[in-house]
Parts: sequence; C-alpha cells; structure tokens
Amino acid sequence: MSSQHERAPGDDLGPDSRREAIRSGLLTYTVGLALALIFTATSFWAASTGVLWLPGVPIGLAVLAVAQMGIHLVFFLHITTGPDNTNNVLALAFGVLIVALVVGGSLWIMAHLNANMMPSPDLMNLHMQR
Amino acid sequence: MLGKLSWSAIPFDEPIDMVASGFMIVGVIGILLWLTATGKWPYLWREWLTSVDHKRIGVMYCVLALVMLLRGFVDAMLMRSQQAMAAGGAEGYLPPEHYDQIFSAHGTIMIFFMAMPFMIGLMNFVLPLQLGVRDVAFPTLNSVSLWLTASGVLLTNISLVIGEFAKTGWLAYPPLSELKFSPGVGVDYYLWALQISGVGTLMSGINLVTTILKMRAPGMSYMRMPVFCWTALASNLLIVAAFPVLTATFGMLLLDRYIGFHFFTTTGGGNPMMYINLIWAWGHPEVYILILPAFGVFSEVISTFSGKPLFGYRSMVAATLAICILSFVVWLHHFFTMGAGADVNGFFGVMTMIIAVPTGVKVFNWLFTMYGGRVRFSLPILWSLGFMVTFVIGGMTGVLLAVPPADFMLHNSLFLIAHFHNVVIGGVVFGAMAGYNYWFPKAFGFTLDEAWGRASFWCWLIGFYVAFMPLYWLGLMGMTRRMQHYDDPQWQPFLVVAACGVLLILAGIVCQIIQLIVSIRTRADRLDRTGDPWNGRTLEWSTPSPPPAWNYALLPEVEGEDAYWHMKRKAREDRTAQTKARDYEPIDMPVNSPTGFITAFFAVITGFALIWHIWWLVGLGLAGAFATTMVFAWRDVQEQEIDVEALARVDRAHLASLAQ
Amino acid sequence: MTDTTLPMASHARKDGPASKRIIVAYGFWIFLLSDIIMFSAIFATYAVLVGATDGGPTGAELFDQKRVAIETLCLLFSSYACGMMSLAIEAKHRLATYGAAAVTFALGAVFLTLELSEFAGMIAEGATPQRSAFLSAFFTLVGCHGAHVGFGLLWLVVMMAQLNAKGFRDDVLRRLACFSLFWHALDIIWVALFSIVYLMGGRV
Repeated sequence: MSSQHERAPGDDLGPDSRREAIRSGLLTYTVGLALALIFTATSFWAASTGVLWLPGVPIGLAVLAVAQMGIHLVFFLHITTGPDNTNNVLALAFGVLIVALVVGGSLWIMAHLNANMMPSPDLMNLHMQR
Repeated sequence: MLGKLSWSAIPFDEPIDMVASGFMIVGVIGILLWLTATGKWPYLWREWLTSVDHKRIGVMYCVLALVMLLRGFVDAMLMRSQQAMAAGGAEGYLPPEHYDQIFSAHGTIMIFFMAMPFMIGLMNFVLPLQLGVRDVAFPTLNSVSLWLTASGVLLTNISLVIGEFAKTGWLAYPPLSELKFSPGVGVDYYLWALQISGVGTLMSGINLVTTILKMRAPGMSYMRMPVFCWTALASNLLIVAAFPVLTATFGMLLLDRYIGFHFFTTTGGGNPMMYINLIWAWGHPEVYILILPAFGVFSEVISTFSGKPLFGYRSMVAATLAICILSFVVWLHHFFTMGAGADVNGFFGVMTMIIAVPTGVKVFNWLFTMYGGRVRFSLPILWSLGFMVTFVIGGMTGVLLAVPPADFMLHNSLFLIAHFHNVVIGGVVFGAMAGYNYWFPKAFGFTLDEAWGRASFWCWLIGFYVAFMPLYWLGLMGMTRRMQHYDDPQWQPFLVVAACGVLLILAGIVCQIIQLIVSIRTRADRLDRTGDPWNGRTLEWSTPSPPPAWNYALLPEVEGEDAYWHMKRKAREDRTAQTKARDYEPIDMPVNSPTGFITAFFAVITGFALIWHIWWLVGLGLAGAFATTMVFAWRDVQEQEIDVEALARVDRAHLASLAQ
Repeated sequence: MTDTTLPMASHARKDGPASKRIIVAYGFWIFLLSDIIMFSAIFATYAVLVGATDGGPTGAELFDQKRVAIETLCLLFSSYACGMMSLAIEAKHRLATYGAAAVTFALGAVFLTLELSEFAGMIAEGATPQRSAFLSAFFTLVGCHGAHVGFGLLWLVVMMAQLNAKGFRDDVLRRLACFSLFWHALDIIWVALFSIVYLMGGRV
C-alpha cells in the first residue's frame, strides 16, 4: 500500500516523461546554481566593501545566508510548499525552531551570564598569574 | 602497547568494589555457562540477538532496563545506608572517592540505562501493533540502536572492574570533569559510554518518528491514532531534537580532555558555564522524553480499564504537542543560581510554570475518563492511580522550584532530589510498571500474577513516600545533595527513615521478581487465548498473544478512534461480516541480521580503547565497524517471503479462538 | 469474547504505509535535521567563545577571504555536479553517473585540501586549537564540517563501488538519494559557516 500523494525529500518534480523530467531538473539545478553564485558574490562583496553602513553588514550577511539556504532547499533539495511536501516542510520548520531556540537562547543566556559572572580583566590576570 | 591500561586498573585495594565486581562476574559467567550447558546459543542467536523484529527488540530493551534497575538500585541502597550512618563525626563505610562514583553511577544508570531503554522498549513493542503495521521503518537500524545501548551498559559495568567511574555526578560538570581535576579514566568511561548509546538513541528517535508519520494502517489518520502514539511521536521528536546537543557537548568535553582544547576549561578563555547551558538544553527535553511515553501508557490503561473512550482526545493531543514545544524553552531553570540575572531567570521561571498547564489538562482528562466509567482495579490501574497522586505532588514541588527566589534556597538541596525522584519514580517508573503489566500478556501469551503484583505495587508506593518525603524536609532544613557525611545530628533520624523506605522499595522489587517467576511457573492458569485479556480498545489487542512476526496478515482498515473497540462493536452488530472471505497475499518481512550485535561489539572495543588510550585498538575497532557496515551494505538478500499458507494458518487459528 | 472479523485491506485504498523510497528519504531527512541541530550547538558555542582569544590571534588576523571564496565555489559547484549525478541516475545512465560523481568528488576533495592547508598554516604559526577557546571553537566547528565532507567523499566512493557491483538496484537508488540529500545539506551548512565565521568574523 503506497501513498500516492507523498513526495520524498529530494525528489524532483514529476511530469510523465523521463526526458522532460531530466530537462526540467537540469533547469532547476542551473537556476539554483546561478542564484547561489549571485548571493555568494554579494555576501563576499558586502563583507569587504566600505560602501555600506558598517553596523548593518552582519545583519545583511545573515539575511543573504538565510536566503541562500532557502535557494539550496528549493532548487537542490526540492523542498516546496505543495500539499505532498507537508511532512517535509513541517520537519524542516521544527528543525529551524529548535536551532533558533538553542542558538538564540544560548546567546541570550550566555551574554547575561558573562556580564554578571565573568571576572574583570584585572581579576582574570590575577587568576592567570597564580 | 596497552595505553594507560595496567594491572593497577583493577581496584584490588577496595573490598566493596571487589565484592561487587565479583558478584557481577560470577553472575555473567554463570549465565553464559548455563546457556552453553542447555544448548541455547543457536536459539538465542537466531531468535533474539540477530532479530530485527520490533517485538523482540522491545522485549530486550525492557530486560536490559530491568537488569540495570537492579544495579542502579544497589547504588541507591549504598547511598541511603551510608547517609543513615555518617552523622556527626562518623565516616560511614564508603570513602568519599567511592561514594562520588556511586551517586554518579546511580544517576547515569537510572536515566540512561533504565528509564530510557524501558520507555524505548515499550514504544518499540507497541507502536507498530497500535499503528496496524508490520514493523518499524528501519528494522535493522532498530537492532543497531538496541545493541549500541547495550554497549553503553557494558562499558559502564566494565568500569566497576577495570578502572573507575566518573566522580562528577550524572552530568559531569566542568571544570571538575576536565582533565586537570579528573585525570583518571572515570569521566572517559562516562563520556564514551553515553556517546555510543546516544547514537543508538538518536537512531531510535529517527526510526520511530518516521514510523509514526509514514507508516500507519489504511484509514488511520493522525486524529485516529491512539494517544500513546501521539505521546511517542512527541517523545521521539524530542529525542531527534535534543540528543544532537548532548553529542556535541560531550564531544567538546572530550576534545578538551583528549587534545587539550579550551571549550570549558578555566584557562585559555574557556567557559564552563556554556557546558552547563548546553547540557541542560539537552537535559530538560530529556526528562520529557521519559515522561511523555508514560503519559501515553496511562492514557491507554485508564481508558481501557474504565471501559470508556479517553476524555478529550483532541485536548490530549494539543497538550502533548504543547509539552513537546514548551520543553525547549525552560532549560535555564536547572541553573537559576548560576547568575544570569533577574530578566533571564524570570522568563524561564514563568515558562516553567506554564508547562505545568498542559500536564494539568492531561490529569483532568484522565480523571474525567474514569468518572462515569466502570473502573476495574487491575494492576495497571493501580499503578496509574499511584502515579496520579504521586506525580501531581512532585509536579507541584516543581512549580515551587520554578520560582527563582525559592530556587536560590533550594537548589541542589535534598528538596530538589526529592522533587525529581517524585516525578521520575511517580511518573516514569510507575508508567513503566503499568505498561509492563498491561502489555506483558501481549508479548508472552499469559498474564502476570495479580497477588504478587499488588504486593509489589503497595511496597513501591509506600516505600517511595517513606524514602522521599523526609528528603523534602531535609532540603528545607538545609541539607545539600551528594553528602558523604554531615555534621548536623538532627538530620540523621530523617535519613534513617529514608533508608527504611528504600528497604520497602527493595521489598517491592523482590515481589516483582517473584511475580515474574511465579507467573512463568503457573502460566497455564493464566493463558491469554484470545489476544484480548483486558477487553482492549486499540489494535494491538486484535492480534494473537504473542503476535506472529508479521503482526497482521492483512492490514486492518481503521474507521475511527479506538479502532479495535469500533471493530468489535461493528462485528457484534453485523454478524454477516464474519462470512466475508479473507484474501491473503504473500508478504515480505526483513531477514534477521547480525549487523547490530557485531557493530556493538566493535563499539565496545573502540570505546574501551579510547578510554585507555590504546590507539591501535581504536583503529581496529573502527575498521571493524566499517567492515560490518560494508558487509551489510553489500548483502543481496534483505527480505524473506512469508507464504499464504503460514499467514492463513495463524490468522484462522486466531479467529477461531475469538469465536469461542 | 465475541467474534471480531477484521475488515480486509482493499486494494483500492490509497493510504496506508508509504513506499520504501519515501520512508527512507524521510528518515534520512530527519537525520539531517538532527545533524543540523548538532551543528547549531557547536555554532552557539563558537558564537559565545568568539571573543575568548586569551590574548592570542583573532579571526580577522587569521582568515584568508580569497581561500574561503575558492572553497565556497568548490563546494557550490560540487553540489551542482551532485545534482547532475542525480539526473544521470534518473536517466539510468551509468557513465554519466560515474562522471558526475567524479566531478563531485574532485571538487569536494579540493575543498578539503584547501581547508586542511588552512589548518596546517594556522597551526604552523602558533594558532593551534589549544591556544585559546576561540581557536578551539573555530577548529571544531569548521573541522566538524570538514569531517562530514570527508565522510561524504568516502560514502561517494562506496556508492560508486555499489553501483558497479549491483547496478541501479532499488536499495542502491535509495542510498544514492540519501547521499544527494547529505551533500546538498553540507553546502547549506557551509553557507552559514562562511557567512558567520569567515565573513562576519574576518572583519575587524
């Protein structure tokens, strides 16, 4: 008994003839590559240029990174929002949530802990000299 | 040649350790000799060690857990007796270095090698049956998971004989667990045993999530799944989400210890607080991983023995998923006192209190299920009732601890110890016992003896309260945890009472062992001929006891919640359905495989070699594991066909037994 | 106990357990997500320890953006080659599969070589992982990704050997699908890595 309306993660979109599938697959991968190259180049440029407002660059890099991850997911891993992909997207969303909680939570907690608990540089030197 | 290993690794100068090791070695050798003498090795190899059947694997997990319950409980008795004695100037009989290993081993064993395997064993056995399918998603991987867990168990027990165990508590906080302050092999035993079994657990989580989401009988939509399947889903999602954090954290500590990195050291810029942050980011979801399947057991048991559908199915599902997500936003409550400040403490304190709400929803749903039903006071129901009272008390002390100012007084006191034993014993252990009694007939074809079961329940219940209520009081009086001796003689009477409680629990465990022996001896009197000894509601009760390897000759078609109850009622109403012909087709079942067992063998070798710095042996172990994987990958026969004859024979026998 | 006849499963039904291909791919997808969570724990540690240089060298002093750019391109094109390999597998074209796999492998190997040479260079000038917490975190985070790439290369070789031995058998196809997922996921993690570690960290 197989479920017809499910798609495996990584599965390509499936029209009938194999040749068409391969041709459309080729297009998908190539478009994905092109977009990824553009985003990569932009990231490298943004990091090294003096043209942009400096405090905004890390955020910009983060946005570009997330966007590029999305490109990989859609064009290389074929994760879309179709009804047959629901389980795959939900799993991804769960993963992203956990990552956000672990990383964000840790950064928030550790920033506070470090501020309150880490010894000042003088005390640290004293400790190191022991 | 042998790294750090030498004859001095065996603790000849520690009599208690030598006696314990002696018992263990004699016991193991005795069992091996008995197996050889009775010629049981071929049977054991064929039917159990190489089995990829989820039912067999589930049973083996539970057996492993019950054996380790005994080892962890011995640790508990040692601790209680030591503390009962060591008041004022008395030193007791366990020196500090030994005592530290005992409390560390106790926690490690009870959480990782008793509670986890038992819950995973129950889920393994029950899920495919309840979902109406023939096995889990990845049967051979399932076997690998089991045997990797056993590897962790073996390494931990080897530490009793060769070397030492960690002295750093069950979570091995740095800087104490760093090489500088724990130069021995103890922490390495701890870390490698848990890394290896952690891989097994993660694989199990992936396996069961995939099974629940992708393999269900026709007609079983999500909202028709038994609640046990929902809690299992939530628990396994948490395994998938949390165990990688544990792997990463232990990995970093191992890098510190082995190659001198500075993640958590006190020098070089290291930050021990980050370890505590990460380990509890795993640690809190871990306790929900343990309790959610127990909640599922109670849902099944209470609805079955009340003769009513579970009250508030949808709210149960919602509560389960809420607990799943919320369990990832409370972890800081384990280290309020580390100094993150009021903002952070306040947020996590509030979130911790909020997570009590969905649990409360569940408790009310169970109560409403029983209300208006005709409750049969079977053993599983007794354990469930004991759970409800005990767990609620424990939960309430948890909400008390969730208040940061209160926690500043009570952190790491015996109040905390009493709280978590309250919820873990009252919740996880009682759930395990309820599940054990409930599903035992399905696994083995006969029910357990009631009288000895009742005795064990009452001993456990009363024993628990006698052992742990004094600890709440002691915590409020100021006694901290993990004390090998103490000054204040006023504490001693309480600790003596607690020790008596432990003896009662021991009686409970002994009753359970007797229950098992008596049940096996007199099984002819309590055979489960129909497969449905409790008038159950879910699909597992529609199979023979024990079910055939393939579970269902024909996958059942599910038309509502409580699928089997629905089918039974329909069959009563529509007798013509009995004459419908059953159209069998041959089915493919996975073949047995030694992959799991052999991989675990190499895992033990690799782990042992890493602990003792025997580098050439590490290479050998890894090569062996790689070779085993290649042999598995290259095999051509992956499935065997079960012919229609066999299917029909078993199925018809079962239907005939139902007709009587 | 009353007679209960289980309804027989009819062949007309479209639901029930999914096919093996879907089950395997989904299970592997869940595994990948768990691996990403493991990386995120190491990422979080890196972020916390990035300033803990203990008076030693910082990222800005050590990182070579040109080398990172080449590494990024290698991995990206390796991912593309892997996509080509997937198409060749779909076409059941053995030679094209081997060819695309070779390109995937070569680019991945170049990436790894560049990374190892970066590590060697840093160690040679005293920026060892034992020097400071920042360096421990850096080597572990980037090294963990590199180890995954190395494991992937080994897996690719094994898969080509399997293809040679067993042909486009169902289980071989399932495993190749898993490899593709793995390889693309590694590139996704690299995006996060080069953005956060090298680009953000490389600036003064």
